[in-house]
Amino acid sequence: MAYDKFTVLTSTAVPMPIENVDTDQIIPARFLKATKREGFGDNLFRDWRYNGDDTPKQDFVLNNPIYSGKILVGGKNFGSGSSREHAAWAIYDYGFRCVVSSFFADIFKGNALNIGILPVTVSPEFLDKIFKAIEADPKAELEVNLPEQTISIVATGEKESFDINGYKKHNMTNGFDDIDYLQSMKSDIQAFAEKSLY
Amino acid sequence: MSHTPTTLFDKVWDSHVVRKIEDGPDVFFIDRHFIHEVTSPVAFLGLESRGLKVMFPEKTFATADHNTPTINQHLPVQDPLSANQLKALETNAAKYGISHWGLGNPKNGIVHVVGPENGITLPGMTIVCGDSHTSTHGAFGAIAFGIGTSEVEMVLSSQCIMQPKPKKMRITINGKLGKGVVPKDVPLFILSQISASGATGYFIEFAGEVFENMSMEGRMTVCNLSIEMGARGGMVAPDETTFNYLNGRDLAPKGEAWDKALAYWKTLKTDADAKFDLELNFSADQIEPQITYGTNPGLGTGITHTIPVAAEVKDGEASYKKSLAYMGFAENEKIIGKQVDYVFLGSCTNGRIEDFRAFASIVKGRKKADNITAWLVPGSHIVEQQIKEEGILDVLTEAGFQLRQPGCSACLAMNDDKIPAGKYAVSTSNRNFEGRQGPGARTLLASPLVAAAAAVTGVVTDPRELIA
Ligand code: SF4
Repeated sequence: MAYDKFTVLTSTAVPMPIENVDTDQIIPARFLKATKREGFGDNLFRDWRYNGDDTPKQDFVLNNPIYSGKILVGGKNFGSGSSREHAAWAIYDYGFRCVVSSFFADIFKGNALNIGILPVTVSPEFLDKIFKAIEADPKAELEVNLPEQTISIVATGEKESFDINGYKKHNMTNGFDDIDYLQSMKSDIQAFAEKSLY
Repeated sequence: MSHTPTTLFDKVWDSHVVRKIEDGPDVFFIDRHFIHEVTSPVAFLGLESRGLKVMFPEKTFATADHNTPTINQHLPVQDPLSANQLKALETNAAKYGISHWGLGNPKNGIVHVVGPENGITLPGMTIVCGDSHTSTHGAFGAIAFGIGTSEVEMVLSSQCIMQPKPKKMRITINGKLGKGVVPKDVPLFILSQISASGATGYFIEFAGEVFENMSMEGRMTVCNLSIEMGARGGMVAPDETTFNYLNGRDLAPKGEAWDKALAYWKTLKTDADAKFDLELNFSADQIEPQITYGTNPGLGTGITHTIPVAAEVKDGEASYKKSLAYMGFAENEKIIGKQVDYVFLGSCTNGRIEDFRAFASIVKGRKKADNITAWLVPGSHIVEQQIKEEGILDVLTEAGFQLRQPGCSACLAMNDDKIPAGKYAVSTSNRNFEGRQGPGARTLLASPLVAAAAAVTGVVTDPRELIA
C-alpha cells in the first residue's frame, strides 16, 4: 500500500517515557480480527487508553489534550514483541508519522519503514533532552529532516543526526515501497528459484 | 585452497541473496512461507489491489491457529470476526492454489508445530511467517524469522523480502542440565542474564553440549524464545538428532532426494575459526528451574530466588515499578508459594509431545489442586493423537485434567481462552506482557514441569521437590 512521502516533518510530539513498550500494548491481540486495514487507530494503546467500560483513562498521555502532534516519543526498546504490522498501522492510522526512541525492536522498525512511519533512533541523552523539552513546554516542536538525517528541538536548536540506509531513505522520501522494487526484478528471482535446492 | 572460515548463519544467508543493494538491504530468497488467518488477509488484499499473482504457491503453506476455538471445533466458530478471518484464509488459499490445513484437518495445528512435524521445515532453508515465533524453525539449522504483513505480500508476490543482514552472536553453554531443569529453563535463564533486548540486531547460534544433547523438541523451545531476547532468530547446527527426527516425515525428501539433501545438510556447520560479532558463554550448572515475575520475558529468575530490587534489573526503575505493580508483586518477595489460579500448558513454545510427557511425569499419581483452572492445549492434532496413543491422556484424566483441542489458545488470547483480570497464570508460552493472556491477566512464564507442579499444589512450587 502506498503511503505519504516523508521529507521534513515539524510537529509537536506526544511523550511516552516508558521502556519496552511492546506490540501487545500498542494493539492488543483481540483487535487483530479484521480482514481489512481499517480503524486500527481507534484501538491504539487500547488498554492503557481506556478502562474496561470504554471510558478514557484520564492519566494516559493520549487522553491529555495538552499533548498532540505527528511524532510519538517512546522509551528504550520500543515495539518489542509480536511481528504484527497492525501495531505500525495503528500508530499510522492514529496520525503519527514518526516515532522517536533510543532503541527500537527489529521487526517493529522494519514494519514501520514498510508502511511509511519513520523510526528515528537517537542517543539516550538526546531522548532525555526531548522529554525534558516537552515536559517544560507541551507545545515544543521537533523538526525531523529526512533528507538531512537530523532531528532537532526547534526552540533550542539542539540537533542530532540519525542513521537510515540509502535505499530506505529513497523509498520514504518518494513514497515507494519494496513491492514495487521486487516486481522490477522478477526475472532475476525466477532464475534464482530455478537453481534453488528447495 | 584457502577460504575464509564462515558461520552456519553466513552459509545459509549468503546462499539466499538474490541481489545486494548498495547502502540498502539484501534481496533475500525465501524457501518456505507459512501463513495463518490473522496476518495474511491484508496481504492478499494488497495483491489484489495491485493485480499481482502468487509467484510460487507451492512454497507457501496455510494453517488456521491463532483465532481458533480449543473446544467443539466441529461446530461453527461462534465469533463472527474470527469466523470471517478463517473463511478469508480458506478462500485465499483456494484461489491461489496454496495448501491449507484448516480447522478439522488432521494436520491442523499451530504453524510452528505443524511445519516441523510434517517435514516442511528442513536444514539450510530460509523460512518466514507473519508471526514472530517463526524463529522456532531455526532448531533445524534454518534461518527462520517473523515478518510483517507488507512482507507477507512481498513473499507471496515475489518469493523475496528485503532484509539487511543481521550481526552474528553465538551463545555457548556447556555442561549437563541438572535435575528438573528442562529446555525451557535455558532460554529463560539467558533472558534473565541479557534482558529482553540483549540480542537486538543479532541472529543467534546456540552451541555447546547443552544444545547438542537436546531433542529437536527442546531445540525448538530454545529457538522459539530467541525472539524474546530481541534477536531476529536463533539456530542450532543440524546433526544426527535432526536427521533422525526428519527421516520419514511426510513431506521430507525421500530416497535419492534424501541422500542428496543429507549430504548438503552435513556441510551446515560453523567453521572452527569463524568470527562472531559477539560471543556469550554460560555453564549448565548456573541454570535452575526458572520463572518470570515481571511483564517482559527478561524479568525472570531461578525459582528459589526472591524478586530483585530495582537496582539489580536492567529495565529503568519506572518501567520496573510499573511492571511489579501490574503483577501485584513487591521487591524482595519470595516467588515460591505465590498464589496461582490458572495453568496453561501449550503454545508453539511448549505444546509438543515432550512437553506433555514432562507435565504428565509430575501429575501422575497426584490430583489437580482445587483452586486451579488448567488449560492443556496440544500444539497440533498429531501431538493430540500421540498424547492419546502414549497413554498420557489417561494419566491426565486420572489426575483431574482435561485436554483441549489444538491452537494458539491462551498464548495470545485471541479466542475465548482468556485469563481473567487480576488472576495469576503459570504459563508455558512465551510472553508475559501486560494483557497478553487477557486484559489484566498476570502471567508467570515457566517450563512444563513448573506448570505441572503449580497445577497439583495450587501455588508456585519447585518441581524438583516432586521428582522422585
Ligand atoms: S502459540 Fe503464540 S507465539 Fe506461537 S504461533 Fe501461536 S500466537 Fe504465535
